[in-house]
Amino acid sequence: MLRPLLAFLVLVLMGVSAPAQAQELQTILQSHADEVAKPGRKSVGVVIDNLIASGLPQVPVFLQNWQGRSVVRDEATGLFYYDKPLRDVDSGAEVDLGDVKLKAVKPNGGVRKVIGAALVQFQLSDPDISRRIDALDAIARSPDADQIGPLEASIDGESDAGVLARKEVLVGMLKARYGATTEDRVAAIEQLDGSLSLDARATLNQILTTKAGVAETVPESVNVARILTPGDDIAKVEAYGRLVDEGFAPARISNAAIKEALAANIEGGSVAGIPVHDLNTLERRLEAYTRLADQGVVPPAVTDERAAEILAQYTFYEAYTETDAAVTTAAETVLASIETSVAVNQTADLALDALSLASIYFLAAIGLAITFGVMGVINMAHGEFIMMGAYTGYVMQQIIPDYTLSLIVALPVAFAVTFGAGVAMERLVIRWLYHRPLETLLATFGISIALQQLAKNIFGTQARPLTSPGWLDGAWAINEVVSISYIRIAIFVLALIFLGLILFILNKTRLGLEVRAVTQNPGMAASMGINPDRINMLTFGLGSGIAGIAGVAIGLYAKVTSEMGADYIVQSFMTVVVGGVGNVWGTLAGASLIGVLQKGIEFLNPSNTLAAQTYMILFIILFIQFRPKGIVALKGRAAEA
Amino acid sequence: MTSVTENMVSQGGGARKSFIAQNPSVLWFLLALALFTLGVTVLSEATGSGVISTSFVKTLGKTLCLCLVAICMDVVWGYCGILSLGHMAFFGIGGYAIGQWLMYARTEIIVTQSLSAAAIPPTDQEVVDAIGTQIFGVVGSSEFPMIWAFSDSLFLQLLMVIAVPGLLALVFGWLAFRSRVTGVYLSILTQAMTLALSLYLFQNDSGLRGNNGLSGLQNIPGFEETSQATLSIVFFWAAALALGLGYVLFAWVTSGKMGSVVRGIRDDEARVRFLGYHVESFKLFVFTITAVVAGIAGALYYPQAGIINPAEIAPIASIYLAVWVAIGGRGRLYGAVIGAAFVSLLSSWFTGGSAPDINLGFYVVKWTDWWLVLLGFSFVAVTLFAPKGIGGLFDLIMIKRTPDRQGDYGPSEGAKRAEEGSVDVEDVK
Repeated sequence: MLRPLLAFLVLVLMGVSAPAQAQELQTILQSHADEVAKPGRKSVGVVIDNLIASGLPQVPVFLQNWQGRSVVRDEATGLFYYDKPLRDVDSGAEVDLGDVKLKAVKPNGGVRKVIGAALVQFQLSDPDISRRIDALDAIARSPDADQIGPLEASIDGESDAGVLARKEVLVGMLKARYGATTEDRVAAIEQLDGSLSLDARATLNQILTTKAGVAETVPESVNVARILTPGDDIAKVEAYGRLVDEGFAPARISNAAIKEALAANIEGGSVAGIPVHDLNTLERRLEAYTRLADQGVVPPAVTDERAAEILAQYTFYEAYTETDAAVTTAAETVLASIETSVAVNQTADLALDALSLASIYFLAAIGLAITFGVMGVINMAHGEFIMMGAYTGYVMQQIIPDYTLSLIVALPVAFAVTFGAGVAMERLVIRWLYHRPLETLLATFGISIALQQLAKNIFGTQARPLTSPGWLDGAWAINEVVSISYIRIAIFVLALIFLGLILFILNKTRLGLEVRAVTQNPGMAASMGINPDRINMLTFGLGSGIAGIAGVAIGLYAKVTSEMGADYIVQSFMTVVVGGVGNVWGTLAGASLIGVLQKGIEFLNPSNTLAAQTYMILFIILFIQFRPKGIVALKGRAAEA
Repeated sequence: MTSVTENMVSQGGGARKSFIAQNPSVLWFLLALALFTLGVTVLSEATGSGVISTSFVKTLGKTLCLCLVAICMDVVWGYCGILSLGHMAFFGIGGYAIGQWLMYARTEIIVTQSLSAAAIPPTDQEVVDAIGTQIFGVVGSSEFPMIWAFSDSLFLQLLMVIAVPGLLALVFGWLAFRSRVTGVYLSILTQAMTLALSLYLFQNDSGLRGNNGLSGLQNIPGFEETSQATLSIVFFWAAALALGLGYVLFAWVTSGKMGSVVRGIRDDEARVRFLGYHVESFKLFVFTITAVVAGIAGALYYPQAGIINPAEIAPIASIYLAVWVAIGGRGRLYGAVIGAAFVSLLSSWFTGGSAPDINLGFYVVKWTDWWLVLLGFSFVAVTLFAPKGIGGLFDLIMIKRTPDRQGDYGPSEGAKRAEEGSVDVEDVK
């Protein structure tokens, strides 16, 4: 009774004296010495209020130390100090008290929480921006009506535009949930419209939390969200279960319970006159149970008809826990509008994802588009060339510790390694099989099996990391929903570069001209002085070399294993075949289609990427039925080549 | 023993001979198979001296099943020119189909036993529910998916062994052949089908226990008292019988007029079409019947293996099948049998760790690590230097030279000359 009065008195006193800054922190502490030294959850509030009211700059420091259990009290004089090293609470200067008995002040968990809450308002206007952001995070994590005041107060002095915006949003959310009047809350809710943040949606969803209810007639006081029809919106069994829980209806007896009841009432090999061996159908069991119920041995079972009757008497509904209908209506409208814009943005995000997946497929397939599409040579070891490129990147990182430099070195080295491997393979194997495409396929399978196992023998079975340089970490967030990681942007750029490079080589250079000539008519090309053998070798080397570079890129975001090539080979062939063989643009179209499709299916069924792949392959199989030459089919003379 | 090419020559002569006279290799093969079966029976634990362990009898029985599926592959690839990378998938489907019944029936026996101890006899639904909980507990479910609708009936499930691979091959083949997908495209398409199937089976909600697969298939319901030694020799006989019948069936398919058309399709599809044959029907027939037989081979294989999981259906399995056939020798049925038996037994010898390591001084070659490298490169070597595979050795022994028509598998010299230096016609279509 007396304490609030006292506190009020002190408050008034301080209100008078604070502007003068005459008071010292120690003085205030001494006036509440006992509460400070042995703070209790209830008493601590007054002390904190007084401390805050004093407006002393030392207060937040003290609160922090107090909360951090580093305040000590000189038992003789009763003065408070900070510990380790011993400092004065006002000046912060180190003091030497000699040999005195010090007692640590140890506030308990509850008290420290109260202190922490009080600290928030200091942190909200702390000169250090990271402290301010921490404080905002703390509020967002556990929102509370009390925080509206300090938060609003801190908005005026906010210098940073970003933090200011967050503070305003946060105030809006707090007001939406804990605002004083309906108008305030509705206004605050409407302010949230257009915000894409998870917090805003969480706030609205919190307002719109519902609770299931059941009654014969829905009471007036309840803010009904929707009425549920048993059988449509809610399973009949569940609806009946609710009635039982509420005590409105007798519990139904499950089949298992009937069985138990029967088992408990076996007399001389039969239950209520029905032999036990006959009880192997539900009908007979129910009959026996009814007889037992008639005898009064067991409670009577509720029949299906009776259960339906009872169900019909009651109305099932979902009610908002928030009783103010105006607020919930506003929240529903705003949430619907937010969800629409979230959906739009998610589509955009999905499109970005699809684009990046498409560029990965494009990178993996473009080398194949050259060897398979242009030369007509099927190379099942293409995936293993991707793997070789990725392992080259890994080895480079072992040699050169700087990730940026090693990446820059790895790209040409990977190209060189796989170019060499491709040329060797063409010289040793493929050129002998140019007229036997099925056998090329088989021989390259053999090479693929051997290369995979070789990689396993050299690098082991566990996945090797290919770490991306620091500047590729993180993601470019356009807003709260749409974001894309820098690695994926880099891969996209790389894919674009290669698209340009290959188009340039094929269409604008002497080599490209010769490649096209050899592809269309090797005999004629040879008679024009072009060496088809050399061109075939170089083309194959080029295609393989690009696979190596694709391997480095893919290794950056996926793990490098000996089996990584096998993961891409079927997709790569699909990309080339779907796009249309013999055409770089076709490969681009194929990669885009497959990328978009896979992401689309994954979006519809996010829990199951395996299913997404299955459906995509089925789609491709069907697609090839209807457009066997792919999206971009060559026409005219070029198609004869 | 004579080669297929000679058959063609003899038919070209116009004389109609009896089936056996046309295919003397059938008689030789059946004789060899009978002798082998007799030998294993005499040496096995259950029926003979026990020199061959039960597990090795199982390995031999499984190898016979692999030989059967290799014959299918040989007919579809070596005779018809369709490099299918899906026949191990049909093999696996057959295994799954029989596995469903084996698992259901065995679980039913166990469940009925445990439920009969209860005071009240169980209803049919309770039995089914208990079986469901037993089987699907590993994937967190107890409901029977649609796919198990016939699993309680051996007859229907045996029908599924034939029907499911057959229908799948029929639909897939019809779609693929009618849009004239040929050559490497068809190979990639079949590989995609296989990949899709195995990815589908890897899911837990596929209804076939996801990557756990079906297990305990070596326990045959109704024969709990019979020892594994006896079961193994019975399955060995069954596999040998199936292989013999399969050999005769496919020798018949690939001989006579139909065989000639099928080989004609392999060598030059367009010409056969211009001669008035409905190429698609022939291809579809060959593709489907080999898929059915592959399913039967799988149904005989997996009760001996005891477990089946989606990894067995992965595309690599079908690639190995092609490897066996290529190494054994395409275009001759006994070549496929030799290849499958030789490579699969060698493979299990090398990977089983019983092959001695080679110490090079600076490095010890462990065959478990290096076997696949050896296999891969020897496969390349066979493709390059010995396209006839091991079967080609018989030609050498018999000193029979086949007329060189750019290998038995390519287009004729004339067709080749027209295409000189360019890619194959098949390839561009």
